[in-house]
Amino acid sequence: MTWPPATLERARAIIARYPQPRSAVMPLLYVAMREDGGITDAGMRQVAELTGITPVQVEAVASFYNMYLRHAGQHVVTVCRSISCHLLGAEAVRDAIVDESGIPEGETAPDGSMTLMATECIGACGGAPALQVDYEMVEAVTPDAARRLIRWLRDERPAAVRSDDMQERFGGGRSFDWGPDDPTTVTGPVPAFALFGTAGGEAP
Amino acid sequence: MTTRILTHRMEEHRTDSHTMARYAASGGYAGLRKALTMKPEEITAEVKASDIAGRGGAGFPTGVKWGFLAPAHPRYLVVNADESEPGTFKDRMLMERDPHQMLEGTIIAAYALGVNHAFVFVRGEYPRAARRVQVAVEEAHHAGFLGEDILGSGFSLEVTVHLGAGAYICGEETALLNALEGKRGEPRIKPPFPAVAGLYGQPTIVNNVETLSNLPWIITNGGAAYAAIGPEGSKGTRLFSVSGHVERPGNYEIVMGMTWRNLIYEVAGGVRHGHDLKCWIPGGASAPWLVPSHLDEEITVQACLRLGTMLGSGAVVVMDETTNVVAAALSIVRFFAHESCGQCTPCREGTTWMERILARILAGQGRPSDLDLLLDVSDNISPGLRWPPAMTTICPLGPSAVSPITSIMNNFRDEVVAMIPGEVSAGV
Repeated sequence: MTWPPATLERARAIIARYPQPRSAVMPLLYVAMREDGGITDAGMRQVAELTGITPVQVEAVASFYNMYLRHAGQHVVTVCRSISCHLLGAEAVRDAIVDESGIPEGETAPDGSMTLMATECIGACGGAPALQVDYEMVEAVTPDAARRLIRWLRDERPAAVRSDDMQERFGGGRSFDWGPDDPTTVTGPVPAFALFGTAGGEAP
Repeated sequence: MTTRILTHRMEEHRTDSHTMARYAASGGYAGLRKALTMKPEEITAEVKASDIAGRGGAGFPTGVKWGFLAPAHPRYLVVNADESEPGTFKDRMLMERDPHQMLEGTIIAAYALGVNHAFVFVRGEYPRAARRVQVAVEEAHHAGFLGEDILGSGFSLEVTVHLGAGAYICGEETALLNALEGKRGEPRIKPPFPAVAGLYGQPTIVNNVETLSNLPWIITNGGAAYAAIGPEGSKGTRLFSVSGHVERPGNYEIVMGMTWRNLIYEVAGGVRHGHDLKCWIPGGASAPWLVPSHLDEEITVQACLRLGTMLGSGAVVVMDETTNVVAAALSIVRFFAHESCGQCTPCREGTTWMERILARILAGQGRPSDLDLLLDVSDNISPGLRWPPAMTTICPLGPSAVSPITSIMNNFRDEVVAMIPGEVSAGV
């Protein structure tokens, strides 16, 4: 089983950005997640083949980092629990999200709408407590706003999310002035980055 | 008096400080143009003269680090944009709001170091920052500041933006290099240092985003002008990320030497709701905490060292009187337990033990022997419990996990004792 030609072309372009093919393992694992909706054995074999290392070496990398997920819903919601968020009520936000969604931390909703995870510091400490949806930041989230966010993801099943839009609807104070909007949308549980094929240019 | 080296553009030009058009219109790439007329060793001399120390956490003098670069080719420059130290959100702002400033610094550094391929390692949780940096790279290519024969100088440079995937440890430079090689992000034993054997075993310099963002100013204005700012040993401005129980959290660019009282009560607006200050972390979760008797100490590298702590990544986390210090310490220890790469037994096992002990004390199930046990486990990770720490591990992550333990045991022992059933406080 191999990736479609367009994906292979993308993979080769990524490999070409590095002096050695193995350095492309991390970005290619994102491509693999995008391709299969999660990290799969077949995806890891494909990455191994493209980078000239063994599937076990790829799996050693995939299993080390938090953002390579074997199973993921349409969107990934990660709630920060590190010190600044802890001091400003992260536990209450987490409890509200678990209660509203009915999903335990670390699990995916039965309808596939979302995966919930705790995360360590995401660099939004001045806008604590914070969370991310598909790694896009939402700062200063109250328990009530977190419930609305969960209902939105569950009931409206947005095909794509955008950071400034979510911040406007569900967030509060920011760590710093974000400046102008970023039009990029993200459509899956992988960071939105053009080279991975995971970033859209249009607002939903 | 305010001195703004890093943040003036984003403050003055809210809507477009991240674009090439605005950057070029406000003096951008003048530092690079000047640098390309200089010899590489003259640039290194200016950086040494500036006395700038690394802004990532370790605080090593940048010019001295550059001086260690071994002669072999190819050699690499890696921008450490894996900002993950709890409390820190300054590099995120520098990349999202002024990516060309960092990129210009990167190109200047690459020219000085004889590097033709640089990497920007951005943490996976910062895709917005990575996108802005990638667009800046493309704009710089288009403008002739990257690629072959930059501005007719004969110097060529490519920049690859790399996304991490969620691992605090990759902020440690040798772990970062392993990640960039397509391996698990496990720190390497030093020596050899990256300047001698780094990426692919070749000479490599790893510099932080904020450090490199200062370079355009240093080259434009001269190292001596930079060294004229701030007290001895703590030169230049620094971005402090202030968070926790303050009225105005945020990133503040300040000249070092001001007091903690000034930073917390004036710059950051004081403790929230008029509460009393209980303690604060001066330099990220790895740093031992300070208490109100330290408020009139100066914010300098040396003063922090004298007090047994550090400025680290510039992350100031303020805790008010309502804070349960055991719960706060548990949050930090759990962070390190989660982020331990698992190579070294004292860190892998010790952080997990410390997390469990603190959790049971917090749950009201602590044992009288737990206080000694906490200190014993800590001592096995960081013998002598002093700062800077002695280490039994390859990298400083393990000893960092000890900081919240010694902080609560030295400053709030009675509170910890009071949470243990059957334990009677012996007083001070």
